[in-house]
Amino acid sequence: MVMMCEQVWSEISNYLDGEVSPDLRAAMEEHFRGCQKCSAVLDGTRNLIGLYGEERMFEPPPGFSRRLHRRLEENMPRQRATAFGWMVAAAAAVLVVGSFEIADSSSFVRPPFRSQLAQPATGVPADLMVVVSEDGKTFHAAGCRFIHDKALRTIPASEALREGYAPCVRCMRKYLSENAGLDADDDNDEAFASSEKPRAK
Amino acid sequence: MPGETTSLENPADRLNEEMLIRRIRDGESSLFYQLIQPYERRVYSAAFAIVRNEADAEDVAQEAVLKAFKHIRQFRGEARFSTWLIQITVNEARMRKRKEHAGIMQPMVDLQDEAGNYTPRDFADWREIPSETLERSEVRQKLVEALASLGEKYREVFVLRDIQHMSIEETARALEISTASVKTRLLRARLMLRDLLAPGLGGNWSSKLSFAKGTKPW
Repeated sequence: MVMMCEQVWSEISNYLDGEVSPDLRAAMEEHFRGCQKCSAVLDGTRNLIGLYGEERMFEPPPGFSRRLHRRLEENMPRQRATAFGWMVAAAAAVLVVGSFEIADSSSFVRPPFRSQLAQPATGVPADLMVVVSEDGKTFHAAGCRFIHDKALRTIPASEALREGYAPCVRCMRKYLSENAGLDADDDNDEAFASSEKPRAK
Repeated sequence: MPGETTSLENPADRLNEEMLIRRIRDGESSLFYQLIQPYERRVYSAAFAIVRNEADAEDVAQEAVLKAFKHIRQFRGEARFSTWLIQITVNEARMRKRKEHAGIMQPMVDLQDEAGNYTPRDFADWREIPSETLERSEVRQKLVEALASLGEKYREVFVLRDIQHMSIEETARALEISTASVKTRLLRARLMLRDLLAPGLGGNWSSKLSFAKGTKPW
């Protein structure tokens, strides 16, 4: 099959994508061998597809990922209401079997709290994911109504304690020393149902 | 098939992704960070290629990821998660553009008739531009400018197919057009870009770049 240049151009994109029949491919290759113009079009197109396909072509600006995660964090707590119940249950199970407790860990030395009024907690599971804000003094369970700030981070409780955050007296009540004997069942109500201070959002 | 590459070619990775999505739906929201991490750059580049400036692209990317998180229950697994995520990004970017430009300033290239055949304008021998030159911002800038000058419908197809490496079918699904339209627009987009950057036309830039004496330009 002898092809005209116009026919080759109309199929050049499909040719590069492997979207032409074997017969057409053979005819196009024959044409490219004898046509410098079409070879130039083919070479350039192939080269550009390769260049634009490189990951470094469109580099996100510095800090893009960090800002994206922060934006997500700001919007996560409300979505996580159902997750909290699961986390409390998991945390309770951890406590029952007597596994790692931050306050009891011999390797952990608690830094000064960010607030002098803060009370130390016992039994907060080290890996419980909690929410903190840069300017805040306490850490919260996700979804707690007493999270006021916008710049939030979600980190493990162990890290929050290391950074000097104290447990929120509302949502973390069951872990506070003085309330160690309280029934944990009412904690969810305290954290999510209280309308005393709705979230400032 | 060429162009079928995606971040999750490995079946084990796809299984892991499906498991992540199930757990997120079941309430483990924090796993969403892990789910989108491989796609953050792609979301940004899709947004950037459509809105054409960094600030809007970042904003669009954030909005798209938030929407994906909020609507994760609507993802049914019929398409890849990446296709679904990029589709959300494209829609978000389109909305942003329509809101801001409201039909003004349509690029000239958009006026060309889609049905007619595109005739290349430059037949000078192509000087290979090696990928290492992408390290140079002026090279990237030229490529970005050329892409930005394409009409929206060509740019979108090119972005999904050649930058996001989606298949023809995925591109058609994401843009809600036929596969035939994808092929036609892609042909035009690729040939127009080649002309814009060809050595005999707009591509003079490539020979004006300074190089150390005695070295090959590319």
